[in-house]
Amino acid sequence: MTIAQSGMDSRTRLQGWLPKLVLSPSVAMVFVFVYGFILFTVYVSFTDSRILPFVGKSGEPAFDLIGLSNYQKLFKLSHWEIALTNMGVFAGLYIIICTVIGLFLAILLDQKIRGEGVLRPLYLYPMALSFIVTGTAWKWFLDPGIGVESIIHTWGWESFSFDWIKNRDFAIYTIVMAAVWQTSGFVMAMFLAGLRGIDNEMLKAAQIDGASNWNLYRRIIIPQLRPAFLSAFVILAHLAIKTFDLVIAMTSGGPGRATELPATFMYSYTFGRNQMGIGSSSAVIMLMTIAAIMVPYLYSELRERK
Amino acid sequence: MAISSQDTAIRTGRITRTFIYLVLMLFALFYMLPLYVMVVNSLKPLSEITGGGMMALPQVWTIEPWLKAWSTAQVGVQATGLKPYFLNSILMVVPAVAISTMLGALNGYVLTKWRFKGDTLLFGFMLFACFIPFQIVLIPMAMVLGKLGISGTTAGLVLVHVVYGIGFTTLYFRNYYTVFPTELVRAAQIDGAGFFQIFWRILLPSSGPIAVVSVIWQFTNIWNDFIFGASFASGNGAPMTVALNNLVQSSTGVKEFNIHFAGAILAAFPTLLVYIVAGRYFVRGLMAGSVKG
Repeated sequence: MTIAQSGMDSRTRLQGWLPKLVLSPSVAMVFVFVYGFILFTVYVSFTDSRILPFVGKSGEPAFDLIGLSNYQKLFKLSHWEIALTNMGVFAGLYIIICTVIGLFLAILLDQKIRGEGVLRPLYLYPMALSFIVTGTAWKWFLDPGIGVESIIHTWGWESFSFDWIKNRDFAIYTIVMAAVWQTSGFVMAMFLAGLRGIDNEMLKAAQIDGASNWNLYRRIIIPQLRPAFLSAFVILAHLAIKTFDLVIAMTSGGPGRATELPATFMYSYTFGRNQMGIGSSSAVIMLMTIAAIMVPYLYSELRERK
Repeated sequence: MAISSQDTAIRTGRITRTFIYLVLMLFALFYMLPLYVMVVNSLKPLSEITGGGMMALPQVWTIEPWLKAWSTAQVGVQATGLKPYFLNSILMVVPAVAISTMLGALNGYVLTKWRFKGDTLLFGFMLFACFIPFQIVLIPMAMVLGKLGISGTTAGLVLVHVVYGIGFTTLYFRNYYTVFPTELVRAAQIDGAGFFQIFWRILLPSSGPIAVVSVIWQFTNIWNDFIFGASFASGNGAPMTVALNNLVQSSTGVKEFNIHFAGAILAAFPTLLVYIVAGRYFVRGLMAGSVKG
């Protein structure tokens, strides 16, 4: 009897531990491969290491700790300054244009549109494509030799010129175009979901009071879309900072450094020039920027649901 | 978070409605344009493209660019076409999606039905991992893959995609299981069902929809990944996206745009197919990833 009971006990105890046991491989992976690796990269950013795997032939470490000087160097590099400026231009335009187009399309689609079921997937399918595919399509479509410029020429407007993708002053805007094309439909879907969640009774009441459509949107509907605006901003901002493939596919950061972004900067410094220290410090800056946006957002989302 | 149509209170006049339809059609054209360009130009000889006829339908229809892109085009240094890389991507995607979805389901189950102190914080850590810029892990990951001896292999990429995918899959299943009646789980427990029995017999049978969402999301993300593929498998083990980029960027010889476009469609085909077949679930995955509710 007692034996059976102690058997029961150990079984219940196992059952008590089992959930945590099942969760532990994932938790371990995340803590090693995400947070451990982040700490490691932060550490590398404090060293002058240039090669992988950071040890000399006889096993001694091939680097010295040099404190924050990588960060000082980084912010003195004109290359990095260009990447940051481009980031500002790109992220600003990308977020604003996507939000405007997304909200505009969502409002139009919300007017009991016949064929909404056809239009919506057409607006959204770019989200399913790889940025490399998007980049390839836009790269050649915007290429002055075969794309828009040459098409307009054959249509008879011989002096038409559109060489933005090859032009240092305008190339960054072509990246914005392709990126907006890819994600604005998704933003539309987010706003549409928000619009469909608004209580109609209040709108009808306001209408009886004589409010015009314009005022309905301006004073009642759009203010209620706050959560959708916030989500859209967070998602777009983090996508903007991570933008890498699209630039590689369209311009490889060129012409010159005209479309260099922090993500491409990190990649070329780390793997192209073997400047691990500088590369790591730029990655740390990227992470901190994203964390500044994501952590408060995730914190509030997870807290609300308790 | 389904976007179903409903009765709106807004009323619009006939002129406004015509205008609305016009604008919506114009945007539809804008979104279709690159796809049109890719398809049309992948079906014509190169001379028709370089002559300024990118927007025109082919005068001579040909599937040769497709055949070349698939089996003989120069990718990097070898003239293998995209076929081997397409297979690499399949071999990478299938196990990575299966493993990360299974782990996500188990994690979601534990985090909602076997709650413990600090579980939300733990989940927060897993969730934040979804949003990190991958540049922050590239250097140590390259070292670890080297140490494990799977650098440059498909197995290495599977590991990478599982690790950085479980945050999302856990999110999906956690949100889904949160609304699953906990009383059922407790009742089964009282009847003597164990941890795994409850999972297999009670939760898993009703997890179909969220499993589809998770599989589609992971499939799309992993198939479309470029940065990990380019960093850890740039040679013969490269996935489709990296191979497509190599094909398009190769600077030797004449630029065969029609082959590039055919290759781009080949790279887009699997995810587009998934989108066409199960777009509803794809959108649900997107929304759950953005509006965590």
